[in-house]
Amino acid sequence: MSQIEERPLPEPTPVSQPFWDGLRERRILVQYSPSSESYVFYPRTLAPGTLADDLEWREISGAGTLYTFTVATRPTAPPWADAVPQLLAVVEWDEGPRFSTELVDVDPADIRVGMRVEPVFCDVPEAGITLLRYRPL
Amino acid sequence: MGLRGEAAIVGIAELPAERKQTRPELFTLDQYAQLSRMVLDDAGLPASVVNGLVTHGVSESAMFAPATLSEYLGLPLDYGERVDLGGATAAGMVWRAAAAVELGVCDAVLCVVPGSLMVPRSQRRPPADPGWYGASSNVYGSPQAEFEIPYGNVGQNGPYAQIAQRYAAEFGYDPRATAKIAADQRTNACAHPGAVFHGKPITVDDVLDSPMIADPIHMLEVVMRVQGGAAVLVANADVASRSRNRPVWIKGFGEHIAFKTPTYADDLVRTPIAKAAETAFTMAGLQRSDVDMASLYDCYTITVLMTLEDAGFCPKGTGMSWVTEHDLTFRGDFPVNTAGGQLSFGQAGMAGGMHHVVDGARQVMGRAGEAQVADCHTAFVTGNGGIMSEQVALLLQGA
Repeated sequence: MSQIEERPLPEPTPVSQPFWDGLRERRILVQYSPSSESYVFYPRTLAPGTLADDLEWREISGAGTLYTFTVATRPTAPPWADAVPQLLAVVEWDEGPRFSTELVDVDPADIRVGMRVEPVFCDVPEAGITLLRYRPL
Repeated sequence: MGLRGEAAIVGIAELPAERKQTRPELFTLDQYAQLSRMVLDDAGLPASVVNGLVTHGVSESAMFAPATLSEYLGLPLDYGERVDLGGATAAGMVWRAAAAVELGVCDAVLCVVPGSLMVPRSQRRPPADPGWYGASSNVYGSPQAEFEIPYGNVGQNGPYAQIAQRYAAEFGYDPRATAKIAADQRTNACAHPGAVFHGKPITVDDVLDSPMIADPIHMLEVVMRVQGGAAVLVANADVASRSRNRPVWIKGFGEHIAFKTPTYADDLVRTPIAKAAETAFTMAGLQRSDVDMASLYDCYTITVLMTLEDAGFCPKGTGMSWVTEHDLTFRGDFPVNTAGGQLSFGQAGMAGGMHHVVDGARQVMGRAGEAQVADCHTAFVTGNGGIMSEQVALLLQGA
């Protein structure tokens, strides 16, 4: 069997750097647009919908509900060949935006849309990156 | 607002689907030439009628696709356009071609989509892309590279399964109903010789017994990648009168693009086809009950189910019981994907979207052979790109 491809990791950009810096410190920083009174994710330079130039960083708790999920029994791509089942999830933060993630510390049979979930900070030291996963509250 | 219905599909072409290609390997440029020739022969028209071309792009040239093709085919163009709507590209090409024809910009427009990945490979320059990113972008600065791919949210199976799970949570889920969509379409494929699964009928139980890929989607609810390609020729009434086929008039269309990654959809289970279909029916002045057959983009069974609901053929949330109560085969009371759809004809890459245009036009032309729907005059066709993120509806009608 050939060697499993390395999993791609995020590379922070000038726009997103505060989000990734926050995760390393166990804080979740997302953008907020005062003129439209809405939180924004993922990071941008202008507010989506209005293109207002008023985005500011705010800290949120990261608590949310499970909007949807799947249990992938076949790897979604070669780098995850040894990672099945993959518990792919979309979390809706209490502040509104949705976040793509994976669930951990849960039996796949117990996953339910609408369940409360909490953040799990997962350091990847060799890359200097912290990923944000979720588990049931 | 909209089309007057004065442009028609006058020729169709579709290569038989093959899992492993027995045809010679051709560059996409040569596939364009081959499919252009096929669609003109089908229409019974000379290449000299063509003065418009709509393309998704050519693998051999990242930019300047219409000019590259104009030169290669030796056909000067008064209208050259590139459409980038994933699985909705083909349907998007057809309405753009019709609009250009109705504006009088051109007379006849080639809408060609090559679908063979088996192209000649360079001995000196190996491909750089590992090929598994699918519809996702891993380029630096891409939101997907940063916020989706690192969690394995890549490709299509996972995201479509997430859509199905959300649907299940809101409306309930009957695995036998989605499986029936696959089984009915297989019946259609068995009446269409070009389908990759011609001669291989399946039952609802076969679908449910096939391996789970991403819960709740089974293997037989996922398209089969094949090698192929498809094309149509869109022309004005004058050219149509010289074609050998019954013209298939493009009476209405709608297009709606809402997001790229489903994580950021406003509402994951109410899809952009709702707005696109409403626009198309209003433009055409037609009712849902006027539709004689539907060719619905079917990357997965759940896509067909949600399209039936969102396009207005049954109320939202009732699709599972609706497909159970209706016969979706070519002999049935609501024929869907009468050449097998991409689930059973096969998905020839980007040409998968054109399969549905060709399926609808073939029925209205009365050329579907064993799978012909009786008295078929009005076809509803959809295209779906990305993860139900960009969708196009077409209404096609015989005279």
